[in-house]
Amino acid sequence: MSTTSTPTTPAPAASAPAGDRPSRARRLPPWTTAVLVVAALAAYPLVFLDSAAHNIGILALTFGIAATGWNLLGGYTGQISFGHALYFGAGAYTTALLVRQGWSPWLAIGIALPVAAVLAAAVGWPCFRLRHHYYSIATIAVAEIVFILVTNLPGLGQANGWELPVVEPSLANLQFSLLDKRPYYYVALGFFCLAAVAVWLFLRGRAGNYVRAIRDDQAAAAAVGINVHRYKLAAAALSGAITALAGGFYVMYVLFVDPPSGLGLDLSVSFTLMAVLGGVGRFWGPLLGAWVLVFVQDVTRQEFSGTGRSVDLLLYGALIVLISITEPGGLLAILQRIWAPIARRLRRRSAPEPTGSGEVRA
Amino acid sequence: MSDLLQSIVNGLLIGAVFALVAVGLTLIYGVMDVVNFAHGEMVMLGMYTSFFAWSLLGLDPLLSIPLAGVSIALTGALMYVGAVGRVLGRSPLAQVIVTFGLQVFLRGLAQFLWTPNTRTVPRPWAADLRWEIGPVVIGGPQVIMAVGALLATGAVAYFMNRTRLGGAVRAAGEDPAAASLMGIDPRKMYALCWVIAGLATGVAGALLMNSYSASPTAGVSFALMAFVVVAFGGFGSITGAALAGLLVGVAQGLVGLYAPSYTLAAALGLYLVVVLVRPQGLLGTR
Repeated sequence: MSTTSTPTTPAPAASAPAGDRPSRARRLPPWTTAVLVVAALAAYPLVFLDSAAHNIGILALTFGIAATGWNLLGGYTGQISFGHALYFGAGAYTTALLVRQGWSPWLAIGIALPVAAVLAAAVGWPCFRLRHHYYSIATIAVAEIVFILVTNLPGLGQANGWELPVVEPSLANLQFSLLDKRPYYYVALGFFCLAAVAVWLFLRGRAGNYVRAIRDDQAAAAAVGINVHRYKLAAAALSGAITALAGGFYVMYVLFVDPPSGLGLDLSVSFTLMAVLGGVGRFWGPLLGAWVLVFVQDVTRQEFSGTGRSVDLLLYGALIVLISITEPGGLLAILQRIWAPIARRLRRRSAPEPTGSGEVRA
Repeated sequence: MSDLLQSIVNGLLIGAVFALVAVGLTLIYGVMDVVNFAHGEMVMLGMYTSFFAWSLLGLDPLLSIPLAGVSIALTGALMYVGAVGRVLGRSPLAQVIVTFGLQVFLRGLAQFLWTPNTRTVPRPWAADLRWEIGPVVIGGPQVIMAVGALLATGAVAYFMNRTRLGGAVRAAGEDPAAASLMGIDPRKMYALCWVIAGLATGVAGALLMNSYSASPTAGVSFALMAFVVVAFGGFGSITGAALAGLLVGVAQGLVGLYAPSYTLAAALGLYLVVVLVRPQGLLGTR
């Protein structure tokens, strides 16, 4: 059968690689956007001076890191995890464990990242055989099982949680005076940049194209020879490590971790919410979602404080449903839609100038 | 020995409620290929309906069963028309996210309207009943919940397997294109699924008020159990869900006897084992 050669048609010359490039580049934001975003973030605590605003910024950046990690797996690879609190908790608990033994928090966080990456790969190994909602439910199951184990088994503080010792404020100890929280803010910003660069490098390379191909059509991706399982695991490992970075920093900021604050289902839900709200599969979406969510939460909690009522969940839920019905690209897509005509008008206004006065003008 | 017997009986009784909750979930999944992450919240709303029927009208939870069933059936219809029906045919992501959004919305609504406090019907009529059969003690609320849940589950199974309309719903699930050629509007059948799921969860909520308390998160553990039951019975299989509900109930009762803190963990472990080892479940076909 193999030798009865039907004349092999010459393979269509390696399908236009040049045509691929611009579309790929368009999916990742340009570095100018990155510079603007980081500059705005760096200016924030200098513009808003009160401690409450700094606290909002610190939490928004921390959850922005976690949601960016979620987005790599959920948004770009198409594996919707409802159990990312597991990796946040892995980061928080590993850091807490080592710092309580006298380790440097920087080293502790450095160890927490590979721990979470291995954990994420270990969870993904069996679970990535499952598709769509089977996978999503499995992630809830794994995270909830760990939550129950940590709550009940001795060794990790059980339901009481762990407190971290307060030590002399210094950058080396990753503890600062509570009178001025700005150092925490800039450390969080530094961590966010680290996470963003890691995700950007991953997505920019071959792996980035492969995971998008897996998201768009897993069967087709496998058919063209992409090792689907391996690239899902790679995305999960990096995603887990980034989420753990958020957890490690968070535990150093609040100096406390217990199962609900480190491993709870609500935490997983909020990472997903932030990414969906801001824009799933968009680079800056999760960060935008985190800022909006943390800010709204802060405002509404003050408004309804003491009544036990809260309006934030109601609001998010309504937004999520609205977004999934009308604009799956999230707030970022809505902003872009508003911005596009303005940009076009600006361009039109400035366009005639250079054409009119010739090429001598620089 | 008597402890063992007691926990098996307790497990069977609560398992009937698991079955009733799971039936709606598996129906929506089987026909529409959508996982309703807001399923527990429908149970929760059923519980609140029953609670307010008692606190405002003085109705016993038993008497508010029809009211809760109809209210949540309407809620289910609204959820379909307002949200889920609008993302059909879109990416799997949109379909997962929309019911997830409904979950957050409904839980937030309950928390906003009724605060996180738990609400209990202090002395339902069934609480006075109690039977002792040999060493086993059976409380009235448990029996009422189990009998009600079995009847309701049976009614859904009968409707789906024995009536023309139920056949039409199944046809729409198996092949929407062919069904619409036969004069069946798949979208109407999908809406009907949500109405039936609403009826089932509403009835379950009212039954549960015989011994549970309502709170914004009251439905979470039942929803998690329903996922386990649906996987165990085979995604989409109604008879499977009914049987698996009882089995999971018994398993939960037995685990509870030896390690009460780990009942939910054991059930979720069961989910993982089932989907990884036997994805078609007990009675699933694929």
